Amino acid sequence: MSSKISTSEGAVTEYVTTMIGEQLFGLPIARVQDVFMPERLTRVPLASSDVAGVLNLRGRIVTAIDMRARLGLPKADAGRPPMAVGVELRGESYGLLIDQIGEVLKLADDGREENPVNLDPRMAKMAAGVHRLDGQLMVVLDVDRVLEILPDKLAA
Amino acid sequence: MDDLLKEFLTETNESLDVVDNQLVKFEQEPNNAKILDNIFRLVHTIKGTCGFLGLPRLEALAHAAETLMGKFRDGMPATGEAVTLILTTIDSIKEILAQLEATQAEPEGSDQNLIDQLHAMVERGTQAMAEPAVASQVEQGTLTFQVLERPLRPGEVSLDELERAFRETSTEVAAPPPPVPAPTAAAPKPVEKPAARKLAAETETAESDRVANQSIRVNVDTLEHLMTMVSELVLTRNQLLEISRRNEENEFKVPLQRLSNVTAELQEGVMKTRMQPIGNAWQKLPRIVRDLSSELGKQIELEMHGADTELDRQVLDLIKDPLTHMVRNSADHGLESPQERVNAGKPEQGTIRLSAYHEGGHIIICIADNGRGLNTERIKAKAVANGLATESDLEKMTEAQIHKFIFAPGFSTAAAVTSVSGRGVGMDVVRTNIDQIGGTIDVKSVAGEGTSVTVKIPLTLAIVSALIVEAAGDRFAIPQLAVVELVRARANSEHRIERIKDTPVLRLRNKLLPLIHLKKLLKIDDGTSSDPENGFIVVTQVGSQTFGIVVDGVFHTEEIVVKPMSTKLRHIAMFSGNTILGDGAVIMIIDPNGIAQALGTSVATQHEIADENATMRAGAAEQLTSLLVFRAGSAQPKAVPLALITRLEEIAAEKIELSNGRHMVQYRDKLMPLVQMDGVSVGISGVQPILVFADDGRAMGLVVDEIIDIVEERLNIEVASSRDGILGSAVVKGQATEVIDVGHFLPMAFEDWFSRREMRPSSSAQSVLLVDDSAFFRNMLAPVLKAAGYRVRVATSAQEGLVALRSGQPFDVVLTDIEMPDMNGFEFAETIRADQRLNAMPIIALSSMISPAAIERGRQAGFHDYVAKFDRPGLIAALKEQTAEVERAA
Repeated sequence: MSSKISTSEGAVTEYVTTMIGEQLFGLPIARVQDVFMPERLTRVPLASSDVAGVLNLRGRIVTAIDMRARLGLPKADAGRPPMAVGVELRGESYGLLIDQIGEVLKLADDGREENPVNLDPRMAKMAAGVHRLDGQLMVVLDVDRVLEILPDKLAA
Repeated sequence: MDDLLKEFLTETNESLDVVDNQLVKFEQEPNNAKILDNIFRLVHTIKGTCGFLGLPRLEALAHAAETLMGKFRDGMPATGEAVTLILTTIDSIKEILAQLEATQAEPEGSDQNLIDQLHAMVERGTQAMAEPAVASQVEQGTLTFQVLERPLRPGEVSLDELERAFRETSTEVAAPPPPVPAPTAAAPKPVEKPAARKLAAETETAESDRVANQSIRVNVDTLEHLMTMVSELVLTRNQLLEISRRNEENEFKVPLQRLSNVTAELQEGVMKTRMQPIGNAWQKLPRIVRDLSSELGKQIELEMHGADTELDRQVLDLIKDPLTHMVRNSADHGLESPQERVNAGKPEQGTIRLSAYHEGGHIIICIADNGRGLNTERIKAKAVANGLATESDLEKMTEAQIHKFIFAPGFSTAAAVTSVSGRGVGMDVVRTNIDQIGGTIDVKSVAGEGTSVTVKIPLTLAIVSALIVEAAGDRFAIPQLAVVELVRARANSEHRIERIKDTPVLRLRNKLLPLIHLKKLLKIDDGTSSDPENGFIVVTQVGSQTFGIVVDGVFHTEEIVVKPMSTKLRHIAMFSGNTILGDGAVIMIIDPNGIAQALGTSVATQHEIADENATMRAGAAEQLTSLLVFRAGSAQPKAVPLALITRLEEIAAEKIELSNGRHMVQYRDKLMPLVQMDGVSVGISGVQPILVFADDGRAMGLVVDEIIDIVEERLNIEVASSRDGILGSAVVKGQATEVIDVGHFLPMAFEDWFSRREMRPSSSAQSVLLVDDSAFFRNMLAPVLKAAGYRVRVATSAQEGLVALRSGQPFDVVLTDIEMPDMNGFEFAETIRADQRLNAMPIIALSSMISPAAIERGRQAGFHDYVAKFDRPGLIAALKEQTAEVERAA
């Protein structure tokens, strides 16, 4: 399944858009397996602070990643249940915890701009460019880099 | 990679392993045509397939080997030299295959050297047989590629032979292309194989062949996936059942029940597909042993028992290498050279015996040799040299403990590093591997007799029984295998958590157990738990290390399906995996090994030493005896072996009557006399605890003040007593305790307790010679025997016993202790057996040392039976049996 569709104007990519904090992010649709409500999250002691825990998704154990922590954003307000975007890396399932899921956008690749040089370095590490949409900016997330989680020095 | 090539590689590798095995077997039984046929067929198949796939180098090698084997079939003697040559060829085929697998092309090079050797061997064989080798020459160059994947049955002819037959008769027909059977000729493509198989299937009758055709190859991933899906199904079923339970009556009940049963069966079935016979891990061993025996110049026989014992594929993979290593060790260090063996009066050929069997949820694998045994002195020296122990530590250790040093890292006793073993990575690696899969390893060795290593491993790693515990609101699973017991700790109770500075410890049966709070270890302490002195303690054992994990709550045990942890979490040593519980929640599985490491090695070693000292104390003296501790007459506790007591009763004081100046009680429709110990008064109200001693319809009650406890203690009377009724004092649970002499009290109830049997007509009175160096046991057992109606003569040593036996006094049976100074029980028995007048005498061994090895040793020494001390019913039963046999014989 390729997300790149060649049109007369050039290559386009489809993105699943998500809100994390106040920011809009886009995940290439080819990498997204499913979107689900995380239930019964089990925290994992001694794990990296980016790992929110593990949960059972239809018999598979999924590692939930706290995207706010990962992106260096402040903690979410209590009360609002997060959503999760299911992704896979080398045969393992991960759930990226986000605040809200948005629509799927089809955007031309040549509309994507480089990360601004002054972007927060934490976010810049995981961002693969920015799309200018009407009224807001969408940061493209690189799933592989999002999942490059190293054990916390503190927790280990 | 090409599918065809891949299949060829797997198949050929498997076939080659079989060939290895079969060749070794063939060498031992050169006349077994069946084995030879089998080998021949396998090599032939390999050759055929190689040709088919266009692998000339492999084909040439296989062909040369096949030719030589053909000679064996024609009657050439299978010399060790020839077999070695074929094995070498197999090895080079394997090497080529490995390269083929890596590069997908046959490597460059020539095997002409080897092929020449093979040919030379054929020549020699041919000359030896003085028979012209026609077939092998003619055959060359016109190979057809037949594949017959099963052994030929008697009466059946291989395609190859058929072809040869055709060709040899073709001179008359004068038609160069020989008529080949249709299926092979018609289909020179992969289709050929099924066709050949079909041909076989049509003529099929033998059972083994059918079995071979009924199995298929399944990719391991497919099985793993199936397993995952089944686990999911189980979870869904559990959820459905939960919902159904909440709604009392509904139409789903019955179908759900069916679903439940089917799921359970499915789960079992899928688990079964993961099981493989342990023989798969042993397959390479005969070859290894054969090679070792020629390399080391020893004659070694490898016995294998229980090869069909099944265990999980994953576990199997993990124990393969340790097993191989241990067999090598046995061959290299364990068995002596033939000369040494002959000098030691053993057969020249040494034996290594492998056995496997199921026990509980475990599989037990034993590797035993009948070699020289572990060299205790050398282990000692090495332990001191490596700083593992000091001379004085060693002084106090038993042999068994010293032998355990072979599992210490970097420990190898082989004086010279041979190419076989002794590379310094030895048993410690084996032990680590086995520890990893939650197994245990033990070694037993008898100097001059041999060594046996016993490995106990769980059947499967995929599904384990686990204890579900709670810490700081989260649940965790602790594998049941590591859990020794559960202790509820409470303030102000016997089991309470104490502290040395900040280290929590628990006093558990004279041992100090280091404790660790799970929530502190996992840094999830929320500070909610109030009392640090309370909690549940999961006593856990890892290797020889025992420690307590303090948790907030313990739920239940559950069979859990172990799922590997995400790579993002694998660095956490405290967890070995995660699992989904029946309610759908994911929980982490605690790794006891990780916790043991976190506890720190200093604690570990300390504890280990303490632990070993404890076992040493126990091992040095007798084994534990169950003792009833009570108070009677004085504040000092008294004790009596529990085995001597028939019952403990509490009798209402008003039921105790005074008759003829003696206390009596109506007990089970009879009058039972009560006997008081000095200083005990029969109460007038409340209940009176009584120890009841009964035998043959008569009972007597010993009045005591209070029954305190039943304890397991090693009974060692340290101070003998001159007071009547007291044998002496022993330390029981850290307190000086008087051990009472039951024999003194019994006649107080019935004066004729011991004598009445003797007064009966002597026809039934058997006489027993009781030999024991311990006064305690003599005093304890003699009354028991007398009470059972035997005449007893006691002897305080084996020598005294022999004097009594030779004095002409008739005895029906001899009862003897094993551990005695000067002459022990075994020697005593051997002496009796050697005496012509006495050799029919039944001898029963009495021992606290009941182990299979001891029993076996006893049997060899000539004991008829082996009874544990204090096993009164067992002793009486054994006596009855032995004396009855004597009567029958007489």
